[in-house]
Amino acid sequence: MTTQDVVTSSSAAGLPARHTPAGDVWWRALTRNLYPFVVVAALWELVARLGLFPARLFPSLEVVFAAFWRLTVSGILPHHAAETVFRLLAGFGIAAVVGVLIGIAMGRSRRAEDIFLPLVSIGAPIPGLAYAPLFLLWFGLGNFSAILLVGFVSAFPIIFNAWTGVKAVKEIWVRSAQAMGADQRKLFRYVILPGALPYILTGLRLGLAQAWRVLVAVEMLAAVPWGLGWMIFGAREFLNTDVMLSGIAVIAVIGLALEKLVFQRIETYTVVRWGMVTA
Amino acid sequence: MLPIEVRDVSLEYDTPAGRVQGVKGASFGMQASEFLCIVGPSGCGKSTLLNIIAGFLTPTSGEIRIGGKAVNGHGMDRGVVFQDFAQLFPWRTALGNVTFGLEMKGVPKAEREEIARKQLALVKLEKFMDAYPHHLSGGMQQRVAIARALAYDPAVLLMDEPFAALDAMTRDDMQRLLADVWHKTRKTVIYVTHNVAEAVYLADRVIVMTPHPGQVKAEIPIDLPRPRDPLSVEFLDTQKRLLSHLGGTAIPAAA
Ligand SMILES: Nc1ncnc2c1ncn2[C@@H]1O[C@H](COP(=O)(O)OP(=O)(O)OP(=O)(O)O)[C@@H](O)[C@H]1O
Ligand SMILES: [Mg+2]
Repeated sequence: MTTQDVVTSSSAAGLPARHTPAGDVWWRALTRNLYPFVVVAALWELVARLGLFPARLFPSLEVVFAAFWRLTVSGILPHHAAETVFRLLAGFGIAAVVGVLIGIAMGRSRRAEDIFLPLVSIGAPIPGLAYAPLFLLWFGLGNFSAILLVGFVSAFPIIFNAWTGVKAVKEIWVRSAQAMGADQRKLFRYVILPGALPYILTGLRLGLAQAWRVLVAVEMLAAVPWGLGWMIFGAREFLNTDVMLSGIAVIAVIGLALEKLVFQRIETYTVVRWGMVTA
Repeated sequence: MLPIEVRDVSLEYDTPAGRVQGVKGASFGMQASEFLCIVGPSGCGKSTLLNIIAGFLTPTSGEIRIGGKAVNGHGMDRGVVFQDFAQLFPWRTALGNVTFGLEMKGVPKAEREEIARKQLALVKLEKFMDAYPHHLSGGMQQRVAIARALAYDPAVLLMDEPFAALDAMTRDDMQRLLADVWHKTRKTVIYVTHNVAEAVYLADRVIVMTPHPGQVKAEIPIDLPRPRDPLSVEFLDTQKRLLSHLGGTAIPAAA
């Protein structure tokens, strides 16, 4: 989740050329990503076979896979996943836009900093889920509350990092741009935004992680008819451990995909290529 | 192309440790198209003075006039090359950095890239057009910065030890190039250095500053014919004269 693990596989960082065949790199990436799944699966299977828990509560992988398969072909699991992803992206999308704007405003204007910083500082350390009952009371059960809560909670790290990022934009870049005739608007677009990008991306990552946490939890509370959190929570009542595990696995896969396919890619093409995040 | 007047300029920095004098009562005038060098020991306030003229720092007292108008902030009439390598935008290639000023001016893409390519060729970096700054050496980055400042054609060029990081041979090349560009474009140039030979090679006039807190100590016209020969007797004589004004505090020419 930190910026460190982004850079390792990138050739854009301009390390001294090493003779690693392309297949090798691909293989390493694959094993790196599969490794945690393999380890968890092996441990799971071991515990299941030892019979420390009743099979009902701790089913073997075979049973879990069967449940996963059944839920997938029947379209139930994809439906749950789609609803969750929709809420995630809606909430996180709002947080990304609003958070980056507020953070940049705080970094650029004393006034905005004085107004927002105390509020953000108070709100940020409170665990996101603590706000859930309030949101549910104010906005009712259902999608709207869930999305709003996800957006609200994940905005904090985004605001903080955008703010820090703007502060970290080098004065000499601003001066160079101004000497070359950049007005406020162009300065923002061509200097502040790219200059703050390493921090903004870090903030978005942290924000997405927050969004996940609070979303899965709030789906258990908000009485939404679909969603992975709801599915996992609902399965508990009938001791359907296999269903719960299928849900957890899907959450892990979606999280990993967002991280590897979206964030790492953006970073490789921007801040890593520009040498702003060092290997 | 624009005359410059510096009148009794002082600046104090406010630091947590108290007030630090940056420059003290600097005054001098410059004719349009003059090449002025400022020399002085490290920490005497050369960069501070240049930043005041560029309009990035407001003097505590005194005034700067460029082309008769009082300076109030930065402006496109002044191109700046800073002492710091980090001045290039890391998110733009060498070419993208050089086109920046033209882009701000609204010059169409094809035209500005054409101009930028020429400027990069002048500083011998046409091969590195598409490289990002972090893949360039310090000296190369500094040359891109020079191309960038020249590309949008400001009337006044303010340069802060731009060649200090270059090897002797490249520096000679760059000095010749700069003398040449100046001769052709007739820009008004203020050039900070602590290399005495460089000052004698480039300047119409040299301003010598005292050690911290910087004051103007002497003004020395250099009236050697151009192009100048750094090995001629007159050149070496002038260099000695300048060194004596510095009172041995300057780094010798060979450094
Ligand atoms: N941002 C700053 N804040 C506080 N003091 C500063 C700052 N910049 C410079 N100074 C002080 O002002 C004085 C002049 O600094 P300046 O950078 O202008 O020197 P200089 O002549 O350019 O030196 P050099 O040849 O080493 O580049 C120094 O004593 C320095 O301590
Ligand atoms: Mg300096």
